[in-house]
Amino acid sequence: MGSITLKNVSKAFGAHAVIPSIDLDIDDGEFVVFVGPSGCGKSTLLRLIAGLEDVSGGEIVIDGKNATDLPPAKRGLSMVFQSYALYPHMSVRGNIAFPLKMMGEDKAVIDKKVADAARVLNLTDYLDRKPRQLSGGQRQRVAIGRAIVRQPEAFLFDEPLSNLDAALRVNMRLEISQLHQQLKTTMIYVTHDQVEAMTMADKIVVLNRGRIEQVGSPLELYHRPDNLFVAGFIGSPKMNFVSGAPAAMHQAHTIGVRPEHLVLSKERGTWRGTVGVAEHLGSDTFLHVNADGIGTMTARVSGDFAVTHGDQVFLTPDPQRVHRFDETGMAIR
Amino acid sequence: MARNVSTQRKLITTAAAWTIGILIFFPILWTFLTSFKTEAQAIASPPTFLFFDWTVENYFEVQSRSDYFKHFMNSVVISFGSTLLGLLIAIPSAWAMAFAPAKRTKDVLMWMLSTKMMPPVGVLVPLYLMFRNTGLLDTRAGLVMVLTLINLPIIVWMLYTYFKEIPGEILEAARMDGASLAKEIIYVLTPMAIPGIASTLLLNIILAWNEAFWTLNLSAARAAPLTAFIASYSSPEGLFYAKLSAASTMAIAPILILGWFSQKQLVRGLTFGAVK
Repeated sequence: MGSITLKNVSKAFGAHAVIPSIDLDIDDGEFVVFVGPSGCGKSTLLRLIAGLEDVSGGEIVIDGKNATDLPPAKRGLSMVFQSYALYPHMSVRGNIAFPLKMMGEDKAVIDKKVADAARVLNLTDYLDRKPRQLSGGQRQRVAIGRAIVRQPEAFLFDEPLSNLDAALRVNMRLEISQLHQQLKTTMIYVTHDQVEAMTMADKIVVLNRGRIEQVGSPLELYHRPDNLFVAGFIGSPKMNFVSGAPAAMHQAHTIGVRPEHLVLSKERGTWRGTVGVAEHLGSDTFLHVNADGIGTMTARVSGDFAVTHGDQVFLTPDPQRVHRFDETGMAIR
Repeated sequence: MARNVSTQRKLITTAAAWTIGILIFFPILWTFLTSFKTEAQAIASPPTFLFFDWTVENYFEVQSRSDYFKHFMNSVVISFGSTLLGLLIAIPSAWAMAFAPAKRTKDVLMWMLSTKMMPPVGVLVPLYLMFRNTGLLDTRAGLVMVLTLINLPIIVWMLYTYFKEIPGEILEAARMDGASLAKEIIYVLTPMAIPGIASTLLLNIILAWNEAFWTLNLSAARAAPLTAFIASYSSPEGLFYAKLSAASTMAIAPILILGWFSQKQLVRGLTFGAVK
């Protein structure tokens, strides 16, 4: 069982409060992603759960037991670090076996568990190599192998894919999701990449300046953002925001329309504009349109929509998909 | 892109490098050659370079007059002893400073280094009196203690710089993997730090071996190391260049050989952290 509960958890470095106060429930077997911009406190929160940092206040409950003052090793958690943090002087086998050795397991048990983990992670042929002889992806797999052999209550991932190139990142993302389906163990995953958050999570926790902005499933956050920050952070390309008269027509201070919810026409529509940059991805085209009296808006159209720089177009928001926000930035529902 | 260097420039820099190298090495070579001359040849003017009657008599005379091996053993005990004792104190200190720094850690490090800038003679009298009153004068234990203290700032600094290069995440990973502090040190920290510890060890053995101020002032006969052995040949009886040279050659040979074999390790240790 790997449920984790944070009650009023806070963290300050000196006078600087990185995390003012956070309450959060993570159910057993959930894949939870902490996402937010750099410096929002997501890694700090993960390190507090891991026990690598001491909390300034509040309580961390792991599996029903108060773990606030337990050392990292006693919390039953495994962590995968951004830099992999492999032991450079040990072979792959030595690295994966290390946690088991620390638990005082028999050699036979260790050998079997290491072999099993290596098989799951396609590392069997590399067991006798040193970390420096491996590629980035293989190193990340060794780090994951070291985490899974302990059979922890929960896995903690601290931006594990940010050192990998784009193609490898997509592969590893899939592998981690598959691993979660196989193991059904609680996973907490920290990233600043909202695409990773959307594709992997059961539940996303959006953090900003040490506070939770919203907690929900990826589609909940996408369809029903609580505030401007979440609306702007989730979704790629970013949601367009319009204030003033066009927003007042919707009885709101600000309205938000996602690029994919703008209908484009060359003849008629709500807002007229000129195409600035057209980014052709093949299947889709992202158009950056300078709309008259509004500013730059991004629209996502089918790749077949023939348009180039300087063309005049009309943008019409899908009325069902307009997000409304009040002057404090909170969603109006 | 590599710089385009002309052949002429290469020749000039090569010649300059060789000249400087030879200038630095020349005194050692001259000492070595003089040790095989007779006393008359040693002070002959103009001096002879290679064409003289080579003799090993000086070496026998030096050995018969003052026991080389006794001094050698003292040097070994003092340099190795002070270095090992220094490492024993410095390793935990450097770990603490590198991985659990406090608000004043940098100040403590600077203060330690500042003690190296103090002229030793400034504390000679108090230290001499303390040694006399505690019976440590002219004992190996006393010299081990004083050399440990003299070189401790350098040992701590070298290890600190080296430990700073070890990523903290690896130690955190060990903690997450269930390693206790002792196991973290034995299985993860020490194996990763061995090259750094080794170069620190080598450099400090060399420094302690060559240290002359304290060893000359705090030892007489029993604990006198090779520095005192050399110094005894520039005595009031008059200068005996050939014998002095033989004594010097014998005193520097062991450390020169050690330095030669470990130069790769030493350069690595001394330049560590300078380039990433």
